[in-house]
Formats: sequence, C-alpha cells, structure tokens
Amino acid sequence: MPMEPVTADLWQQLRQYSRARIALGHAGTSLPTRPHLEFQFAHARARDAVHHRLDAQNLHMAIAQRGHEVMLLHSAAKDRHIYLQRPDLGRRLDDASRQVLDARAAARQGECELAFMIADGLSAIAIQENALPFLDAMLPRLAGEGWLDAPIVVVEQGRVAVGDEVGQVLRARLVVILIGERPGLSAPDSMGIYLTYQPAIGAADASRNCISNVRRDGLSYELAAHKLFYLISEARRRKLTGVALKDEAEVAPQCLTAPGRNILVETGDQADLAAYRHG
Amino acid sequence: MTAYAHSIGSKTYRFGSLKELMAKASPARSGDFLAGIAASDDTERVAAQMALAEVPLKTFLNEALVAYEQDEVTRLIIDEHDAVAFAPVAHLTVGDFRNWLLSDAADGASLTALAPGLTPEMAAAVSKIMRNQDLILVARKCRVVTRFRNTIGLEGRLSTRLQPNDPTDDPAGIAASIVDGLMYGSGDAVIGINPASDSIASVMTLVQMLDASIAHYRIPTQSCVLCHVTTTIEAINRGAPVDLVFQSIAGTEAANAGFGISLRVLDEARDAALSLKRGTVGDNVMYFETGQGSALSANAHHGIDQQTCEARAYAVARKYRPLLVNTVVGFIGPEYLYDGKQIIRAGLEDHFCGKLLGLPMGCDVCYTNHAEADQNDMDVLLTVLAVAGVTYIMGVPGADDIMLNYQTTSFHDALYVRKVLGLKPAPEFEAWLHSVGIFEPGDTPRLAKRLPQPFQRVLAKLS
Repeated sequence: MPMEPVTADLWQQLRQYSRARIALGHAGTSLPTRPHLEFQFAHARARDAVHHRLDAQNLHMAIAQRGHEVMLLHSAAKDRHIYLQRPDLGRRLDDASRQVLDARAAARQGECELAFMIADGLSAIAIQENALPFLDAMLPRLAGEGWLDAPIVVVEQGRVAVGDEVGQVLRARLVVILIGERPGLSAPDSMGIYLTYQPAIGAADASRNCISNVRRDGLSYELAAHKLFYLISEARRRKLTGVALKDEAEVAPQCLTAPGRNILVETGDQADLAAYRHG
Repeated sequence: MTAYAHSIGSKTYRFGSLKELMAKASPARSGDFLAGIAASDDTERVAAQMALAEVPLKTFLNEALVAYEQDEVTRLIIDEHDAVAFAPVAHLTVGDFRNWLLSDAADGASLTALAPGLTPEMAAAVSKIMRNQDLILVARKCRVVTRFRNTIGLEGRLSTRLQPNDPTDDPAGIAASIVDGLMYGSGDAVIGINPASDSIASVMTLVQMLDASIAHYRIPTQSCVLCHVTTTIEAINRGAPVDLVFQSIAGTEAANAGFGISLRVLDEARDAALSLKRGTVGDNVMYFETGQGSALSANAHHGIDQQTCEARAYAVARKYRPLLVNTVVGFIGPEYLYDGKQIIRAGLEDHFCGKLLGLPMGCDVCYTNHAEADQNDMDVLLTVLAVAGVTYIMGVPGADDIMLNYQTTSFHDALYVRKVLGLKPAPEFEAWLHSVGIFEPGDTPRLAKRLPQPFQRVLAKLS
C-alpha cells in the first residue's frame, strides 16, 4: 500500500498561540516542500530588502512637495558591500557630503532645535514604505511647536550614528533619525526611529531612545508619532535622552507581562504531579 | 616584546609582536579587517602561519597577549595552568603540535589529560595553521561528558537545545513551541528560553513554567532562562527553581565588563545554583554562550584577533565546569563574519578550540539576513560539525527564531543529521522519547504516527 509521503502534525491547534513556524509536518523527518519553499521566499524577501537601493531622488521630491527643505547626503561607505563590512564608515559622511553640510550650517549660523534625518540602514524598503506616511503623521505635530528648524537630511548607506555627525555640524539640540531595521523573516520592512539629545560624533548608544517596528502591520504611524512627540517634549524639558528617559516614556508599553498561561500543564494536574521532581 | 620574522626566497616578513603574528596568521575574516589587524594579503597570511608554526608552545606561557596585571582573564589562564598536564607537549612548537594532534598519540585519553595543560592561545595558534578537515579530525577525538539530569557528550550522541523563544514572553506561545520541539525529539541539552524582557518578574514566571512542564511530563532534561546572570541570582534568592545559570562571556576582562560581569559574579552565580542541588545525575550547573567578535564590538580586544579572543573566553568557561557551552557563530553579523565560508570556518575553529580545552562544546549554527549566507551554508556547517562530534545544536521551529530575528537550526535539521550520521540523543532522553511514544522503536529516528498519550488530553482541551 503506498504511503502518503508527507505527515501532518497532530497539534495544529497550537498555531493559535504562536507566530513561530510550528506544526509544519514532515516528509520522512525532513521539512515538506511547501513550508520549505515558504521559508526560502521569506529569506529571499529579507535579502532583497538588505540589497535594495533607496530611491533618494523620489524621497527628496516627496518631502520637498510637503514644503520642507531637503538635503541628500551619502555616508563614507560607498556601496552596500562596504557598508555591510564597515559599520564605522556607515556612521560618517563622505567628504563631499560633509562639505555641503558644513556650507549649509555656515549659511544659517547659530543653533537649531531639531534635525530630522532619514537613512536606508539595513532596509531601504522599510524607508520607502514607511518614511513618508510617518512624516505625514509627525510633521503637523512638530509644525505646531515650531521646533523643526533645520533641513530634513537623507543619508544613503547610513547607520544610526551618522545622525551624530549631521546633528553636530548643524548644531542641533536634538536629532531624530528614521532608519531601516535589519530585516527579519516575518518583517523585511520594519522602520526604527532613534532620538539623540546633543548629538556628537562618538555618542554612546545608551544615550539614545528608540522606537522600533514601525510599519503597516507593526507599530502604527500615529502611535509612533505620538510616542516620538512625547519623547521629544520630555528630552527638551529634561535635557537628555537615553536610559534615564526610557522608562517613563512607555506610553503604550508592548505587552511583556505574560498574558497567556502555560497550556502544557493543566491547572488541575499541578498538585498530583508536584511530587515528581526528578528522583 | 619579541619580534618575529619569516623569509621566503628573497622576501622577509616581519611581525612586531606575538599578537600581531597571531592576527596575521588568522584565516581571513571581516572582523579582523575591521579591527585593522588582518594580514594585508594572502602571502603575508601564509608567511605569518609559517612563522607561527615555528613558535614554541612555551612562548605562550611567557608572553601574555594582554598584560597579567591588566586583565583577570590572563591571570586566570596563567594561574590555573597545569604544568604537569602540559609536560607531554611542552617541547613542541605550534607546527609540531599540529602534527602531534593529528597523530595516533593523540587519542581520547591523552587529549583529556592534556586539556588543563593547554592555554587558549596555544589552541588558537594551532587552529590557525589547521585546515577544516584537521579541525574536524582532532575535535572528533576529544571526549567531554557532562551531567545534570542526563548525560551529554557521549560517543555517537548529538544533543539539542529546544529554544522556544517568543517575542512577548507569552507562556502560551512558548509552550506551543515546546510541544512542537518535544514531538520532534528536541530538548535533551536544555529547554532554554531567551527572554525578551530581563525583568525579574517575567524571568520568574518563565523559570516556574519550565520547571512545571519538565516535572509534568517527567522529561529527563534541564531548563534555563537565558537572562543576565545577576537576574538569575536574584531569581534564586527569591526561590525560583533554577536548573542552569546562563551567561554570555568573552575573552578579556574589559569585554566581560561590557557584559556587566566579572569572575567574581560568575563564582557567586555558580555557588547559588549548586546550593539548590537540582541535578540528579551530576552537578554541571552553568551554561555559557560565546562568539567571535564580541570583544571587538565592545572595543575591548586589545589588538588581539577575534578568534584568539574567542578562545580566551573558553578559559573563563572551563573554570566553572559548565554543562553546556556554545558559540553563537553567525549571530553577530557580516562585519565580523562576512559570509557562509567565514561562518563555517569560525564554527569549526570554535568547536575545535573548545573541545581541545575540555569544554562540552556546542554550536548555534546560525546567520542573519544581512550576512552573505543561507540555509545551504547552514546545512554544510551542521553536517561538518556533527562529523566533528559537536556536543549539541539549537532547535527552533522551522529554523526561524521569531524573538531574536535570526535563523538557526530547526527540529527537522537535527533529525536530518541524526539520521545521516546515526547519532542519538542523550541516553536518558532517548529512553523517554521511546517510552512516551514520540519516537517509534528502532535505531533510526522515526516519528510516531499517533499523538503520544501524555499529550493527548492537554491538546484535546485546546482544540
């Protein structure tokens, strides 16, 4: 009698409790074709996100249309290959960009309140999908306060810390950077937002605040904008960002308080099995 | 500081110090380029390897790569070196030592006896002049057996850590992944959760849930919540049923300080875990993770290459007689290990050095999406490590860790490698898999067609 080559797992109902790739079944003891190719697709999507090039011109136009001055700059990592191996270069501007920014800073003189930046990071797709919808939620909030008094700076092949150099040159009290996060298998398009008070080259990562997982199916643009506005207000008031600010800024904390129960152990069984403690 | 030189034909290569020589002799990898200490080209690298082959092993006892006064890991290495154990190879150079390791004189017994006589720098140095097949052949001869509630590291065995991580530490989500893993025969090394939150309340919940689950199904294995060591100490103080204490460790005092630990804290943690006396067949209570590049990323590498820094972490590990140690080889990213080739090489080096120094060495065979690596590279590393006798690997549902956002080996992967190489789980756990009805009777792993009886009722209630 021929046997079915794929055996389905008998615990499909557990999928309601987890997004993990559980109950995939098996062919022999190996992964069946369908979940195997689904995984390959998820990885391919993440790889493409890492290597996708940011359409900076388009972004420039879209921001300019919203009535903001925009500058297009480039990090010292000249391509993706170098970017991936030399994080130090992704944290600094290249010489031409530095000159342009120096000139712009000299022209305006004096300090500025808030510098807003966008960098591709590890996922240009995250920026292409999320940067503009987020700006549309965020910029009206800032306009009311008159804080955003510097050009919006777009940096290609940039890491989070490139904001330190840009902020330092612009003499900004605060710098915000929107950046593509490292793509995961489930989300290749997740955008992160970092806020740093008194940015300066060499700033410690512990001196920043981060809002993560901003995307259509993640943290919503409105909620992210709400959180960022709160953080900016508090950072201005308390003159700091980082660990000290973090704890109190959790306006809508992600649930880490173990909402579910241990479905492996039925409540009624606890007593009769409590006796068993390995010998 | 001694300088080194090597001449090939009319060209003489010079190396200013032992650590410069070690770094330039290291097989190419992005982290050493990032640090600016790698050989400038392939011929310089081989010249360095030739010069390193001429260095007597004794040199490593006299020329510390980080000053004795400056670094407690160096002090640990020097102070606890066993000169008697070292005696059989004390007259050898690094090159001769490679030959000796490959010879029949180096067998399981002589390698076990030698381990306390070797320093991490000796192991790192000889690894740099070994090909991948050498690293496999010698590691396979090493036998390291540890025990807590089962016996790990016996010949012909390959264990797995069941890693049921959940992005919100939800016990229901974690339990779902545990069931999935157990049904595929995973979890004899440990059921170990990386918590999303290091808060004491959340950690206590997870420790208690793992304890209850292991007790309920009478699983001969141990649990671990991989939070910071100080959090685990606090959990023990509050009465949590902790089996294993976890900590990430590195090879210099400064890098360990970056992790928020010191040898003193690890001493305290091990004492706390031992005081609970929860092991039934042994008292190996520590679980350590390491990985090349961690010292450089903390800017605490002292100009030492990343593979040598990694080997020094094993000196820290062996002081505490751990149940498990694994390198998380591809997690750190392409700026340290660029592609599949570098990850595979590093995995074999770490496993070899760990085993040679007497550690129960496992490997998190893994990569991130920004590395030039894929599932095929992991298949190769998994297979060669299993041939080399790796103590354990990870197991996550479908190779996709949804909390840490990286890819490691799946439950299916472990069964593949057990099948092709005839490897079995730890004997106590294997007996449980058969008695519960997860594996069909027989020597090759075959999964039962029916739901094992102890899980029937609980799953029926969840439909």
